[in-house]
Amino acid sequence: MIIPPQPSRRELLLGSGALFAWAHLPRAALAEGRDPRLLVIVLRGALDGLATVAPCGDPDWPRLRGEDPIKIDGPTPALPLDSFFALNPAMPNLHRLYLVGQATVVHAVATPYRERSHFDGQDILESGLERPSSGDSGWLNRALAGLPAAGRVNTRQAFAGGPIAPLVVRGSAPVLAWTPSRLPPASNDTMGRLLDLYRHTDPALARALEERSALSAIAQGGEMSANSMKAQIAPGIPGAAVRAFFAESASAAGKFMARQDGPRVGALAFDGWDTHANEGVAKGRLAILLAALDGAINALENGLGESWRESVIAVITEFGRTARMNGTDGTDHGTATIALLVGGALKGGRVISDWPGLKEANLHDGRDLKPTTDLRAVMKGILKDHLRIDDHYLANNVFPGSQLVRPLAGLIG
Amino acid sequence: MCDRPYWSELDKSDAGQITNDDLLSCGEAARAAFDFRQERKAARLARSNDRTKQPQAKIDSSPSGPQATQQDTAGKPNPSPGVPQQLYLEESKARLDCALAAVPGFVERLVWFWSNHFCISADKGGVRPLCGAYEREAIRPYVRARFADMLLAVETHPAMLLYLDNARSIGPNSFAGLRRNKGLNENLAREILELHTLGVRTGYSQDDVTNFAKVITGWSIVPPRQSDRGGEFMFNSRLHEPGAQRVFDRNYEDRGFEQGRAVLLTLAKSPSTANHIALKLARHFVADDPPRSLIERLARRFSDTEGDLKEVSKALITAPEAWDAPATKLRRPSDWIVSALRVSGSKPSDVRPILQVQNLLGEPLWRVPAPNGFSDDSAAWMDGVAQRLDIANQIARSVGDGLDPMVVAQDTFGATLSNETKEAVARSESRQQALSLLLMSPEFQRR
Repeated sequence: MIIPPQPSRRELLLGSGALFAWAHLPRAALAEGRDPRLLVIVLRGALDGLATVAPCGDPDWPRLRGEDPIKIDGPTPALPLDSFFALNPAMPNLHRLYLVGQATVVHAVATPYRERSHFDGQDILESGLERPSSGDSGWLNRALAGLPAAGRVNTRQAFAGGPIAPLVVRGSAPVLAWTPSRLPPASNDTMGRLLDLYRHTDPALARALEERSALSAIAQGGEMSANSMKAQIAPGIPGAAVRAFFAESASAAGKFMARQDGPRVGALAFDGWDTHANEGVAKGRLAILLAALDGAINALENGLGESWRESVIAVITEFGRTARMNGTDGTDHGTATIALLVGGALKGGRVISDWPGLKEANLHDGRDLKPTTDLRAVMKGILKDHLRIDDHYLANNVFPGSQLVRPLAGLIG
Repeated sequence: MCDRPYWSELDKSDAGQITNDDLLSCGEAARAAFDFRQERKAARLARSNDRTKQPQAKIDSSPSGPQATQQDTAGKPNPSPGVPQQLYLEESKARLDCALAAVPGFVERLVWFWSNHFCISADKGGVRPLCGAYEREAIRPYVRARFADMLLAVETHPAMLLYLDNARSIGPNSFAGLRRNKGLNENLAREILELHTLGVRTGYSQDDVTNFAKVITGWSIVPPRQSDRGGEFMFNSRLHEPGAQRVFDRNYEDRGFEQGRAVLLTLAKSPSTANHIALKLARHFVADDPPRSLIERLARRFSDTEGDLKEVSKALITAPEAWDAPATKLRRPSDWIVSALRVSGSKPSDVRPILQVQNLLGEPLWRVPAPNGFSDDSAAWMDGVAQRLDIANQIARSVGDGLDPMVVAQDTFGATLSNETKEAVARSESRQQALSLLLMSPEFQRR
């Protein structure tokens, strides 16, 4: 008796879904009269890129995915992106954005990692290094450390310590975290005394507490309390809890980043994409997660409001999954996958791909979609054209050793 | 500092054991959960039948007391938590009680270390009712035994076989594989190599993973509907891939279950495993970036004693590096909350608030986000420190003024109590605030 794993509990995802944001404002872009926003969403567990954006025009596609592959004329028809690719039907909102040029898919993309360990894969995805290492800074943090700062974000917002900072945002650039808190906060007096103790004995603990000491407003003001979010979601729909969780997290992120004195660059992570068994690409687990991600994108668009047109959201994952189904209606760890870009600042409506094909001989190690685009090229393209980080810094500091990986041009409108 | 109390606890036979006859074995728990699901299904069915018949029934029935009441309760959804959650709560409570009572608690810390090394998650289907039984049956009896024995107990435990999908992995050429279009799942095989034994990047190939996955096909579970052994481990030869397999350049003849045991024994003896375990122990107990000499010392002891974990643990507590290292490790939330409850003398009768605290701080009990377990890296937990203050406050509030924080501070830390912490505690505006500050002090947050 085996019940498929249902990531339908909000608690399952605790520790992810927290927003981690840069504590400063970028100066260069402001000087140009632009005010760009960048949010990186890390999907941990390895997203099945082929089941999300399916190569329906590839003659080898149908035989790979068993009885029910994602296809245009399937029982739940996929949403066509162009004459070759189609989107998983769980993502109508992303499809709408794609049609108005505010979403781009990069397919057959991968980090430089070619093994299949989640933890090394995530390490490389987030550290931006070429090899797994015990490095303790992430590429997004290093990108921020190189951005001339103009003033500090107003920390008198609902920023509190989140449980776990993902590697991508760890590093020397100061980062704030927001996570919903259900306990009454300690009194300011106790906080002050503790901070004083830490300052004299333990600077690292002091730093962790300092960001919190300016706590106030938004969360208590009820602007985005968990209850008000929940009230909008009807119970009983499959995956309602996971949708509510993604939506709450994304909505909070959007609202923070839309504020005049709010952060401009941030990251959040959603877990649960490791679909080894009963993957459920059209109705089950993956479809629920993709629908939740689709809802999160919608919540971000709403939350960001006017700022949406200056925003880019990059959705990335450590690697893809096997091209074929395995013996338990799932997919095992693979190599190439997709990167999803959404936001009003994009020149979108395109699937960017040097398609490697799905014939036996074209598969990486005879089993995985072969990578033809380096994910670092995609991220470098965005950091360069959206945040104005220069080539040299990108190649040496943000993604060290990536001199030969040229930033992908023309992503930003 | 002194290793003596730790040493003598390691020799105490009942340390780290939970002796509570009310707790169910893995098989009993699986069958209870199965029966519960069956009853609920039957009740649902009865309800929907009732609904279709309702108008008729109403006219006919006279309000004849007990029978009608009984039917009513059977027809309504049960408001108490289901059996899987009840078992999870009972086991959580037993574990918390055991940790609060342990003196000095080093063996309990070893249990927690190994339980996280060989982690499972209650959020995977079917695992929730088995979590406690798993730890009691596959971890606790072995933390002072041979690594190979723990490894075998873990990888044949139904909770692990469910968590990492092996229960349904089918050899493509097995009896079942040839009849059904189902097959291999390499999840458990890969994580055994990468996480449980050799460690990542130790030279195994994709073929090793695939072949090892074939070797352990058939390591499965008796269907829980079978009343005698349902839910227990079984080697199901109908699922087992026939034939010899080549794993790490060695040939393993197909001797059924023994084929897999032989591979596990090879893995347990590998120098890579000794290094991997040594590094993890040193990182967990001593420092994020432990001294090379300590790792080598532990790995050597592991190899010399054929993985005798009691001897390895003794090597850890007698290593000069372990005592010389400054206290830089941030306690993980579970470790911190138990220590906080211990010094404040509170013995919660309800385990749920404690579980909630662990959820909030990002370390929900037996619910890891991924098979590599909760991080041993202090940086990963640093951001949650601010939230611990709220919890420290709650504990202090619940203890009230019945405790002298200055005495607690002296008893707990003795000479290692810093002047700054002593002053902060002494100058607090209330005993409650003093206890909060003590629980939040660097001495208390770090090890």
